[in-house]
Formats: sequence, structure tokens, C-alpha cells
Amino acid sequence: MAIVTPLRTAAEQQLAQQYADIKAELPGGPAVRKLREDAFAGFEAKGLPHRRLESWRYTDLRTLLREARPLVTRSADVQKVLVKLGGAIEAIKDRFPTLRLVLVDGSFAPEFSTPLDEFPEGVSVQSLADALVSAREDLTRILSGPSVGDDDTGLMLNTALMRDGVFVEIADGVELDKPVVIVSLASGAEERAVFQRSVVLAGAQSKATVVEVSEAAGDAAQQINGAIVFETGEGSEIQHVRLVSRQVAASVQVQSLLATIGAHAKFDSFALVCDAGTVRQQHFVRYAGEHSEMGLRGVNLLGGSEHSDVTLIVDHEVPHGTSRELFKSIIGGEATGVFQGKVIVRPHAQKTDGGMRSNALLLNEGASMFNKPELEIFADDVVCGHGATVAQIDGDQLFYLMARGLPRPQAEALVLQAFAGEAAEFIADENVRALVISKVEAWLATREAHSQVSTV
Amino acid sequence: MLEIRNLVVKIADEDKQILNGLNLTVNDGEVAAIMGPNGSGKSTLSYVIAGKEDYEVLDGEILLNGENVLEMEADQRAAAGIFLAFQYPLEIPGVATMTFLKAAMNAQRKARGEDELLTPDFIKRVNAAADSLSIDKAMLRRPLNVGFSGGEKKRMEILQMALLSPSMCILDETDSGLDIDALRIVAQGVNALRDKNRGFLVITHYQRLLDHIVPDTVHVMSQGKIVRTGGKELALELEKSGYAAYGEAA
Repeated sequence: MAIVTPLRTAAEQQLAQQYADIKAELPGGPAVRKLREDAFAGFEAKGLPHRRLESWRYTDLRTLLREARPLVTRSADVQKVLVKLGGAIEAIKDRFPTLRLVLVDGSFAPEFSTPLDEFPEGVSVQSLADALVSAREDLTRILSGPSVGDDDTGLMLNTALMRDGVFVEIADGVELDKPVVIVSLASGAEERAVFQRSVVLAGAQSKATVVEVSEAAGDAAQQINGAIVFETGEGSEIQHVRLVSRQVAASVQVQSLLATIGAHAKFDSFALVCDAGTVRQQHFVRYAGEHSEMGLRGVNLLGGSEHSDVTLIVDHEVPHGTSRELFKSIIGGEATGVFQGKVIVRPHAQKTDGGMRSNALLLNEGASMFNKPELEIFADDVVCGHGATVAQIDGDQLFYLMARGLPRPQAEALVLQAFAGEAAEFIADENVRALVISKVEAWLATREAHSQVSTV
Repeated sequence: MLEIRNLVVKIADEDKQILNGLNLTVNDGEVAAIMGPNGSGKSTLSYVIAGKEDYEVLDGEILLNGENVLEMEADQRAAAGIFLAFQYPLEIPGVATMTFLKAAMNAQRKARGEDELLTPDFIKRVNAAADSLSIDKAMLRRPLNVGFSGGEKKRMEILQMALLSPSMCILDETDSGLDIDALRIVAQGVNALRDKNRGFLVITHYQRLLDHIVPDTVHVMSQGKIVRTGGKELALELEKSGYAAYGEAA
């Protein structure tokens, strides 16, 4: 039998060296160490994901990461970061005065966060680093997430190298009237790689909104590999909203969402990507109980040479699950959008109700969109559908608005805002929805102010 | 005053010529009707006046109060005073009707160098116009034209016309899709806007609309030209004899 030695890229070799150098320092007891070792072995066997892998076909991480940046090894100098991020932090403090958890370069920064004793009763927060060394027996299971993510090498790297994040537990029956906001700030002083993970465990009948805000404050491009794990209890209603914006154009990030949904629960995730460089989001979702409803939605506003990939696998393992996906992409410049959605309905998952849509508007000739919706249905009593469109702005709608006096840039902005708004309207928390919509409006206003109009 | 001289128009991406040297004048205060069979170019004429991009003007000119509008974008023509009430008003999902109305009114005011309307004043004007057209306030909270019935869409067009106060109103087949009650409301709305400083061009197949909006002048259009002009009695004559005499079957 021939022994195949895979060719290693410079980045793969650097990652192997980094892992070897740092693994003894990374937080975690024996079980977590084994998880890391297994994950890294998996990564070493496969290497960085590349375009010959179906699930990474349009986002070739091997090419994008020519070099692996040095790992951030400790939280950056707080004062320096504060000076740099002052405005950004103040703005976030204003908008989210409480229940704010700040990560700086992937490390939990209590200095900038709401004091943990000010969190409502029934909500406990610790850093991921602390959680990883805790003795809880279910840690490995929680961290592993849905099995449909097991093969993913981007996620394996995160598992092997995750250093910090936050670990949030919401007790049974707790209803939060304010969102928990996890703010990830890249200090951006130097080009670095950040591996972070957060966990949200939501008890039975709990209700909460968890917001992730990811922004860069400096000019240096970061390589960010983030993950967030949700386990939601029976009858819970959890909304996750992610805002990825204000990134350095050359930054590359992979963001994984691992969600396991309890019976009779509702789980929704929404993501806005704008001004974000290269972003790969991957959602791995599993139904742990029956009669649950899940929605994955998002808006991608792309220009320049930006790249946004949304790849998701929804695993209907049990009957009576409902899933909805709705992604809206507005793509200009030379930017690229990718949507790969796979809904799996296992043989016993009867009465599954699945609906998946990805709609893209291309604003000019250089823009691209790759849509790949897939259904794998092994049960015979289900309702599943998908629709994917790529189009330009409707000329008749534009003419109608212009005939009423709206100049073309304003008419386009109105049509585009409405297009994006359809996905954003599912965000339940009013303030969070307003924040998302204001970001969409700001992106469109910039375009309008430059009198940019579509050319297709 | 609207003056159209020797207008020759084809569809932009095709060789098909639609208007073949059309001449037409609508004076301030005049209500002119254009009648003609299907395919005679009536809707094309309305689109070309309003500034739709799908057409190429090969010859001729369109003057509004002496100014050539062919050089203007659709939004500039609207600000100059042209209003087209669409045969099929577009549905714009996600755009609230009130947001749209305010954006349109303020865009035109801005183009004319006027101050933006303040919200209370805006709401007062919309409510007054909506009442006069029997438009339910709930409709104003819905996305623009989405899920509106044919009659509601046409009433919304007239509401916009009333709010934007144009000097030249073009009504493209406004009677299509209307039942008799809706037709009466729409016609009352139009009649209320008749003014010595405002011209109307009413495009229709049928004489029925002209019972309610009584024209000063009736033009017959055929094969991309005005082929006959007369008074309101011409509409009644056409209703009896059809368009066969003008070289086209209905």
C-alpha cells in the first residue's frame, strides 16, 4: 500500500508548529486535551480546506491563507486597546448599556464588560478558558456540537486552538428582556490569528437574544477563526444575531455556529455581513427534540473584492421539525457571494417542514454569486422546498419610484433596503433589529452619497 | 403646456418602431383624451413622456412649458411637473407606503429648491387626500401597492397625484380593473384636481371613463400617430363605430 504524504503549504506547516509549541499552554483538562489532539490530527490529515472539497468549493482557504499569522497568545494591553477602541467601545456601551461581554483579540476582557454580578439571576457567565478547565462532565459533548460539523477542518482548527471566549448559562425558565451582547474586537495592531469560541447553554423554557458583534479597530488584517455553540432546552426561545462589520479588507475569518435545539423550542440566527473582507460562515444545526422551529437568516452587503460565504447544514434527525433559511445578498464591485445550504431529513424525521431561500442582487458586471441549495430527504412524508435567485434590481420598480421624483441613487437605495429588510424583520428584539437596519441604511447611504448606481 | 412634435420612437433593443411622427398639444387647464385600439402606441407614449429607459427617441421633441424634457431623467421630469398614473402600479415589497410618499414629496421639493415637509404637515396632507379618495388608513401602513386590489392601486395613484400636485397629469388606462364604484371615486379624485394651471392626458380604450372625466378634446391614435382630433362627442362616435375606420381592428 502506498503511503501518501500530503504536500504541506507554508500555512499548514506554520499551524502545525504553532500547535506543537502552544498545546501545553492551552486551557483544558484531559478530556479537552484529547478533543484538541483529535481535532488537530483530523486537520493534519486533511490540511486547510480547499476548492476540491465540495463544502469549501467557493472559498479556498488554502489559497486565502498563504501564511498563518502568529497566534495571539495573551490578551493585548488593555490601556492601549482602550485608547484605540475608545470610540467603538463607547458606542457599544451606549447602545448596549448592560449585559455586554467584550472579547479583545479573542480573550475575555472583564474590564470592558458588564460586571458579572450585574447579570440577572439565573444567568451565569465565565470565560471559556475557565470553563475548559472546569470539571463538568458534559463539556466534551457541548463543545463537539452537531455531528454534521465533525468533518469540517475549519472547525477542527478552532477546536484544537481555541483559547478563550465566554461561556454563558441561562437557567431554566429565565426570560431576558435585554440581549446578551458578545463584542469581539480585533485590536488590529499587528497581523495575528485569533481562535475563539463561546458557548451559550439555554435552559428549558428560557428566552433570550444573544448578539455577537465583531469589529476591527486597527489597520492590520486578522485571521479570525471563531465559533459559537448553542444548546437550547425544551420550550426555549433563543435568537442569535451576528454583526460582522468594520473589518480590514484583507482580513479572513471563519465563523462556525453549532446549534443543538431542544424539543418544542424556537431557535433563530441572523447574520449581517458588511464591510467585512473575507468571511466564511458555517452553520451546523441539529434537532435534538421534536416540534422545534429553527430559522437561519442573513444579509450580505458586499463591494470591492469582498467575499461572503454562507454554508449551512441543517440536520432533521427527528420528526416534526420546521426549518427556514432566508439569505439576501447585495453584491457590487468585484465581490463574491456564496450560499451553500444543505437540509438533511433523516428516515424517521417525518412531518419535517423545510423552506430555504437565497436571493441575490448583482449591481454590476464584476459581481458574482454562487447559489447551491441542496435537500437530502430520506423520509417520505415531508414538505421541503428551496429557491435560489440571482438577479439585478428590477428596472420597472426603479422607473416607478423615479417617475415619482426619486433620483436614481435614492430609488435604488429604497429598493435595496426593502430587499434586505425582508430577512431582518425576523429579529425579535426591537433595538437589535433597529441596529441591524441602521447598519444596512448606512451602507446604502454611503453608496447613495457617492451617486453609485447599478450598471446591469 | 405639453407640446409633442413629430415624435418617432422605437423599442431600445429592437427594430420595432412604435410612434411614427406623433404631434399633440395639451394646454394648461385642458383635459385631453387619447383613444385608440390595442397596440396603437398609447402606453408607449405615456412611458416616453415620463422618461422610461426602454425606448429610443429617434426624432422629435417633447416640451413641457417650453422646456425639452427628453434630456431629463424620469425623476427630473417628475420634479418639473409630469405625473404618470400607471396602468399597472408596481408593487414594492418592504417599502412602507408612507415612507415612499414622504420620500417622493421631499425629493421633488428638494429638486425645486424648496424646504422638506415636516412630518406633522406631511401626515395632515396625506390624511386629507386619503379621506377624499376613501382610502383606508390601514392601507397607508402597508408596503407600497403590495396586496392592494386593482381599485386600491388606482386610488393610490390618484392620492400620489393629489399630493405631488403636478402640472401635467397622464392617466394610462386608469379605468382598467375598476368596478363602477371605484371608477366613480377615481374620477371624482381626478375631477377635483382639474385646474386652469394643470393639463390632463387621459388614455383609454373605452368611452366609459369619459362619462366621468369629461374631456375638452378627444384624439384618436392609430399606428403611432394622432389621426383625428375632435370634441367629447368623438368618443361616443368611436364607441359605436369602433376603430376599424382608422386602419386597425380593436
